[in-house]
Amino acid sequence: MPDGTTGIGASVLRKEDRRFLTGRGKYTDDINRPNQTYAYFLRSSVAHARIKKINVSAALKSEGIVAIYTNKDLEGIGGLPCGWALTFQNGDPMVEPSHPILASEKVRHVGDPIAVVIAETKKQAKTAAASIKVDLEELPAVVDMASAIKGETAVHDEAADNICYDWAIGDKDEVGKVFDQAYHVTSIEIVNNRLIPNAMEPRAAIGDFDPSTGDYTLYTTTQNPHVIRLLMGAFVLQIPEHKLRVVAPDVGGGFGSKVFHYAEEAMVTWAAAQLNRPVKWTAERSESFMSDAHGRDHVTKAELALDKEGKFLGLREETYANMGGYLSTFAPAIPTYMHSVLMAGVYKTPLIYSNIIAVFTNTVPVDAYRGAGRPEATYILERLVDRAAREMGIDQVEIRRKNFIPSDEFPYQTPVALEYDSGNYEATLATALENSDSKGFEKRKADSAKDGKLRGIGYSTYVEACGAAPSAVAGALGARAGLYECANIRVHPTGSITVFTGSHSHGQGHETAFAQLVSEKLGMHTDDIDIVHGDTSQIPFGMGTYASRSLAVGGTAIVNAVDKIIDKSRKIAAHILEAAEVDIEFDSGTFKVSGTDKSLSFGEVALAAYVPHNYPLETLEPGLEETSFYDPTNFTYPGGCHVCEVEVDPGTGVVKVKSFVAADDPGTVVNPMIVEGQVHGGLAQGIGQALMEGCTYDENGQLITGSYMDYTMPRAADLPYYVVGTESSECTHNPLGVKGIGEVGAIGAPPAVINAIVDALSHLGVTDVPMPATPQVVWRVIQDAS
Amino acid sequence: MSDVNYTVASSVDDAVKKLSNASDGNLLAGGMTLLPAIKLGLNDPSDLIDLSGADLNGIQVNDREVIIEAMTRHVEVATSKKIKKAIPALSQLASRIGDPQVRNRGTIGGSIANNDPAADYPAACLGLGATIATNKREIRADDFFTGLFETALDSEELITSVKFPVPERAGYEKFPNPASKYALVGVFLSKGFGGVRVAVTGASSSGVYREVNFEEALSSEFKSQALGGMSGDQTIMTSDIHALADYRAHLVGEIARRAVANCV
Repeated sequence: MPDGTTGIGASVLRKEDRRFLTGRGKYTDDINRPNQTYAYFLRSSVAHARIKKINVSAALKSEGIVAIYTNKDLEGIGGLPCGWALTFQNGDPMVEPSHPILASEKVRHVGDPIAVVIAETKKQAKTAAASIKVDLEELPAVVDMASAIKGETAVHDEAADNICYDWAIGDKDEVGKVFDQAYHVTSIEIVNNRLIPNAMEPRAAIGDFDPSTGDYTLYTTTQNPHVIRLLMGAFVLQIPEHKLRVVAPDVGGGFGSKVFHYAEEAMVTWAAAQLNRPVKWTAERSESFMSDAHGRDHVTKAELALDKEGKFLGLREETYANMGGYLSTFAPAIPTYMHSVLMAGVYKTPLIYSNIIAVFTNTVPVDAYRGAGRPEATYILERLVDRAAREMGIDQVEIRRKNFIPSDEFPYQTPVALEYDSGNYEATLATALENSDSKGFEKRKADSAKDGKLRGIGYSTYVEACGAAPSAVAGALGARAGLYECANIRVHPTGSITVFTGSHSHGQGHETAFAQLVSEKLGMHTDDIDIVHGDTSQIPFGMGTYASRSLAVGGTAIVNAVDKIIDKSRKIAAHILEAAEVDIEFDSGTFKVSGTDKSLSFGEVALAAYVPHNYPLETLEPGLEETSFYDPTNFTYPGGCHVCEVEVDPGTGVVKVKSFVAADDPGTVVNPMIVEGQVHGGLAQGIGQALMEGCTYDENGQLITGSYMDYTMPRAADLPYYVVGTESSECTHNPLGVKGIGEVGAIGAPPAVINAIVDALSHLGVTDVPMPATPQVVWRVIQDAS
Repeated sequence: MSDVNYTVASSVDDAVKKLSNASDGNLLAGGMTLLPAIKLGLNDPSDLIDLSGADLNGIQVNDREVIIEAMTRHVEVATSKKIKKAIPALSQLASRIGDPQVRNRGTIGGSIANNDPAADYPAACLGLGATIATNKREIRADDFFTGLFETALDSEELITSVKFPVPERAGYEKFPNPASKYALVGVFLSKGFGGVRVAVTGASSSGVYREVNFEEALSSEFKSQALGGMSGDQTIMTSDIHALADYRAHLVGEIARRAVANCV
């Protein structure tokens, strides 16, 4: 780097923070269109009911009403599509009920939209909605999965037993044989608690229509505008891509919940054309609780078979995965291809069987949430391993080391489909042990005991799969989309650059990290490189941001496009410098004829491309702009080790996280500051899941945790000072060597926290502490043990 | 939220007059409960009568009592040097109400008049044996808090000040609700001329109450050991997802023991 500051490996301050920190971010709700109307959704207040009649006549007379729509008005409009098809074990397709954008014959969860009221003001729309008369015949609510599968009440007629699919991977009989002969079998029954994502910015959408051109525009809070254009355009509203523009401006966090196509997006887009007026909707926070797709919600029985030395012989699980009332966009894939295939973890378990039963209930749909399937897999594995070590009297670190995939055995083919390309679990473990001063634990435990507190230490070693995904593999597994990414690099005549990327940034810092990739390649300062994302009218195409794929897939598309720019620039330079192309060297932004002092700067080449007076026009087009689509050949596999120490107050059950050490392998680190920030955020959500967050429904399907009065979000004061380290082993199949970092905190943290609490209470005979380990839960565990 | 007629009262008499003229008026003190309730549609008053101009702000401290006028904000009680010296537990309580924004707006009179079952100040009133002065009379704390969000105030009566007797020792310990951070159990206890008083907020389904068994136990020995093994009465406890009745009852004892240990 000529200036040594903004290439790969530099902690460049985030370019986007200037506008965010000065209140100049532009979010969907900040956008107002001339003559716009406001939509309010009347939502079901009951979990399960048959709709007998909806009477809107009184509401229509309310002041300022423009229109009221119910399902009957939506003839010809498709339901929300599901993007991933799973099968039953016998090959039958999963049950895929329709998901109307306004409830048709039934409502299936509290928050299910029944009608949309469009008025001149938001207040008028909300006031009128209160006078819509909905005649409902209430049905028993199907809330927990164990009773759902008894089939006494069906959420959807197509699934009498409420089972969406019963899927499996692995050879059940072979795995069974290993268990029959094992020296020791450790079993566990655990619940992965349902979470409500709680992005800081509630969802919002504005539909706009130009009757003179037939062009639609949707402004929406999404993580993947092109995917929304595809799903909504092709499946719901039948609008061809060239007539539909989707804009995702600044988006205030998503954590997965803004990946999916939601009813409100289609509703405002359709209504805008009906009314010839823009229609704007912004969720109230309480709507977010009952309409954003939730996360996790698995109930699992798992077993680990070990030999006498503590080596793993086999693993099997049966998991019930809650789908909620409808199938959200990627819901079927989360417990299967994002979970079951991760059950090898960092270990050389030779045989694995995973059986997933997906279940419909009268609850909000469940889909990907930070980590998506991998936190659930890691939680099962790390709780099992922890328990096996205790049962067999093996040290927690030792049992892990004994079973690690050694760093010299990569690439490593797991028994559950994935082939890990690289990893070094010993290295992340060693760093975590050193940074956590695990040797000094006994002294700290004794000090805590003097204050009447019980101290425990917990470990978690994990691997995850990021960078989704090789399209052909995903397609073979049921994905209904490709999973490449696209980048367009536009070099301007004076040499500055605009990068158009299909990855969307909603907190990740792409505008900085992606500029660093270009900076590194071209020797330019990041100030001269802008990243544009989130608008289908500007970006050629994109598959969006989720599953920690942006840098590994979107970043690779960018550097591949930059390579094309360099290739063309080299040709231009060769012509101007009157040298053979093979003699042109490119370094630090300068083209040189090797062995001479003849050179041209990148800016001079760019100018020549746009002012082609001295230019090889016979063989080369003018201009300097390149596009690349990159489809990865494999997933990437970040791994790591997290170590947590807690203090339990036995009098109240309060758990305090005293220290948290994370040593992660994200592959090549582009911006260490952003990497650390991503780990901090992930850990907050992981610790939140372990200790605080838990979505609760009552037996009637009412959402008890419907506001911050009852849903506990982690706060700064609840969290420790993190010690974050990285030990990188490069990804072998992308040119940057990058893997991903966005989700590791949420994946590694929950078992580390819970294992630490189990450790603190193990002298009482405690072997299990459920999540969230709230004060009441921990107090009860202590009471039951005492 | 509907349209509301907002006025500022210039005095206590003016507030009462405006209140009686309104069809469905509400007095507005700090508004930290009332305004969110209106926003959520739980309350829909015709008039809001703001007391900020009614000259109800101030703190007076003498050897025997601390007098806090109704519109005094939590931050003022939390930082008052005089109160910190006379009844440090009271300042400490005020310093832990809500968050800085709430403490900068919320008032003692508003909190007491609202009598939220999880509010902090009612425990201080009951735990210190305070006297609540209104535009009409003086009411002992023991007679003031009559149930969930219910007080002895009549329809055109408003709190003007609260008088706290200075105790020998007092302490307040709060166990916050993990989500809302309101008191899941809060115990204010004191030892003074009137003997030992133990008030519990957050725990009971009928609001703040005196834990008489604890008072008796502490009267013979004012030490946390005196409450060894004691807990609240499960049958009167609130039960919710954060704490079922048995856990709340346990916490009443546990938090009371800690409050005694931390008394100053």
